[in-house]
Amino acid sequence: MGVLRQFRLRSERHIKLLRALRKSATLRARVNRTDRIRPGDILAFVTLRNEFPRLPYFLEYYRAQGVRHFLMVDNGSDDGTAEYLETERDVSLWTTQASYKSAGYGIDWLNHLLWRFGAGHWVLTLDVDEFFVYPFCDSRPLHALTDWLESQGRRSFSAMLLDMYPKGPVSAQPYRSGQNPFEIARWFDSGNYVIRRNPKYHNLWIQGGVRQRVIMAATPEKAPALNKIPLVHWTRKYAYKSSTHMLLPRGLNKVYDEGGGEQASGVLLHAKFLDTIMAKAEEEILRGQHYAGSREYRAYRETLARGQDLWCDWSSEYINWRQLEILGLMSKGDWA
Amino acid sequence: MTASARLGVIMLCHTALPRAAQVARFWLAAGCPVVLHIDQAAPEHDLAALRDDLGEQPLLRFSRRHRCEWGSWEIVRASQDAAEVMLRDFADVNHVLLSSGACLPLRPAEDLLAHLNARPETDFIESVAITHATWIMGGLSQERFTLYFPFNWRRQRWLFDQSVEVQRKLGIRRKVPAPLEPHMGSQWWCLTRKTLQAILDDPDRPRFERYFRRNWIPDESYFQTLVRRHATGIESRSLTLVKFDRNGRPNLFYDDHLHLLRRSDCFLARKIWPEAEKLYGFFLSDKPASLPPVTPEPAKIDRYFELAERQRFEGRAGLYMQSRFPSFDVAGTARTAGPYSGFSGFDHVFENFEHWLGQVTGTRPHGHLYAPERVQFHGGAQVWHGALSASAGLRDYNPYMFLTNLLWATRGEVQCFCFGPEDTLPDGLVDFMTHDPNASLSLITGAYLLPLFRGRPPKGELLAHIGAMQQREQAWISILRSRWVQARVRIWTLGEMLADPAPRLEELVEGMGGGAGLRAHGLPALRPIEGFDAYLAQLRDKGLPPAILKEFQR
Repeated sequence: MGVLRQFRLRSERHIKLLRALRKSATLRARVNRTDRIRPGDILAFVTLRNEFPRLPYFLEYYRAQGVRHFLMVDNGSDDGTAEYLETERDVSLWTTQASYKSAGYGIDWLNHLLWRFGAGHWVLTLDVDEFFVYPFCDSRPLHALTDWLESQGRRSFSAMLLDMYPKGPVSAQPYRSGQNPFEIARWFDSGNYVIRRNPKYHNLWIQGGVRQRVIMAATPEKAPALNKIPLVHWTRKYAYKSSTHMLLPRGLNKVYDEGGGEQASGVLLHAKFLDTIMAKAEEEILRGQHYAGSREYRAYRETLARGQDLWCDWSSEYINWRQLEILGLMSKGDWA
Repeated sequence: MTASARLGVIMLCHTALPRAAQVARFWLAAGCPVVLHIDQAAPEHDLAALRDDLGEQPLLRFSRRHRCEWGSWEIVRASQDAAEVMLRDFADVNHVLLSSGACLPLRPAEDLLAHLNARPETDFIESVAITHATWIMGGLSQERFTLYFPFNWRRQRWLFDQSVEVQRKLGIRRKVPAPLEPHMGSQWWCLTRKTLQAILDDPDRPRFERYFRRNWIPDESYFQTLVRRHATGIESRSLTLVKFDRNGRPNLFYDDHLHLLRRSDCFLARKIWPEAEKLYGFFLSDKPASLPPVTPEPAKIDRYFELAERQRFEGRAGLYMQSRFPSFDVAGTARTAGPYSGFSGFDHVFENFEHWLGQVTGTRPHGHLYAPERVQFHGGAQVWHGALSASAGLRDYNPYMFLTNLLWATRGEVQCFCFGPEDTLPDGLVDFMTHDPNASLSLITGAYLLPLFRGRPPKGELLAHIGAMQQREQAWISILRSRWVQARVRIWTLGEMLADPAPRLEELVEGMGGGAGLRAHGLPALRPIEGFDAYLAQLRDKGLPPAILKEFQR
């Protein structure tokens, strides 16, 4: 790698970190319980807006895996999200009314919180509709995974986003707060993902799944990126570049093997396609705070409002992580 | 002095001291004296908590503390000190077991005691002559004994590597002190009092120590070498199960390994993840004694970890995913998940070719997977295994991964498909398949003329269309005839195939294991070609070059 290239990437990272600091000016600490964080605790970092019904199951899911503290940014919720979160004893909550879009779709806020509180910890950076599945997650706590990753000298762990959907129109099965969303959104596309390597940041760019097959079929190049690196052993030198798709320094994006072997990896089950998506789509289109003019939400509204079934004859029904491993969506690598 | 069992246990402890205490109590309860070595690096309050936890125990001793870095001489030092305490304080002890704080007994203490009592003269220590030690993971073998190692491998890797390199260049060779024969093996042993005492009291001990102090990982060679000088009956097998990964680190055991560990023929296992509640709960309870015994199948454990290694370093062929994305540089390796066959031109020459092919060979025949309008999956399906869509746009967005995805999702079933120069597959895909040992590609060149002859309108002007098809096909052929071809390639001209189709189809089908099917179903009928010669003459008169026409003439 040329010195110039290296220098450019480094300044890009510094700019990203400075930007995070600047954008953090709008964050107001509503409840700060970070003094309860102990060395070695696994932390979760989340931005959200009006996600009240999803929160009980989300928190329960990650507590069971062994997440010790949640650091959350509430971007102007008016559905009681903030009131709910401030009573949870393992949540620290910041609020902001500033633009989600101009904060790099929330990543600047999180980069700042990661910088302040994440260093030295294994951190998960998530959305509230993402549920982390890793090898042996039914028998080993998250802490076992991070211990092992550390012993292997690994600093980051990838988990591809897997879009889950119900059979029949999304509005047909209403989601009750506290319910496991995958009782409804039980189906996924198992093998229609396409991958390209990004030569600049060395990450893989993955697209496909139900969103490309149904919603973006006419414009496959615009289908959302599914590659994610949500679990990182954080230091103050790191920054997420865009969402959790890629990191700087780019060595952190090298979560794959190029010689034919398999690195260990996981999956983020994505509970986006529930009945709640219709209202969300309307709201987000009005706010226009999402990527590319909330293009994705427009497409959802157009497709899903017609009662379009996302399910197809070759949809797979979710069983467990071993199934995802056999299908080749994730790998246990040599974590035996 | 307290009467005790004939086995004493040394435990080298470092972290997770509460777990070590739990295991120590297990041995103490069986009447086995325990000497604990607590690493110098362990915090004082942890040590105090451990002492509190264990309380007054007549059979418990603590030995002098050392700072035991990985692979350092201090580990041997700590073992020696603890062994001296054990032999001095417990006269009944006949066997001394060296274990770690992360070791877990897999069977009742009585079983081990009975095993040892039946073999009072035997030393259990893996001790392999280094000329045969091929089992060493990620490191030096012979050179461990002949070079100097002043630097720490974990902390000062660069200096370590440099010093090895320099010594190799200078031809530095240390002499192994006579009369020792270098041996190596697992650090975890169980020696008799007689042998251990002899090693500790060896008159040459200072001389040997001077040598081993500078060795690499002396904890795997000091006792293993000296035991050859003093022991009378060695069983060269450790009683402790340890599985190393390729980097020479011990694999951890977790709760879900319970059933695997029960299959072990060893008495202890390491390393146990400290939070493996179920493992500690099970093996330290009376359950192993009360449950019906399990037939040991150590090979099963080996296989389990070998499979994991293989997945990490070889991976699953034909899989492209977030943590496996092989580059295509490695020649000769499969690029896809299973065998497949592509046929160009056959559907134009023969009636119902795909249907016939499926019947005869028992494979899955698709139409033109790369047809311009849509993917012609078998039976006209809109979506296929893996939720692959029949949309041409999605397929053409990444035609390579369309193929690899199809073959991954249908592994276990051979896929066949038609293709041709009229399709949208890029030339690069032909190149991809040509270098894939899973592919077999059969072409009838010039067959693209038959649809035109039967009245399908050309794309644009007729001769330009034919010219484009011909050019594309020639480009493919030069790829298919290049060096380093990995696929099974067969190419005939249309003229050749029409002249004598039977033996050619037979060759194809036999190659796909369809011999019996062929006898049952026979050959497919030729599609009508009356008037084709006249059509060719017409084309010639319109100005098609004779060089191209040659391809078609019988």
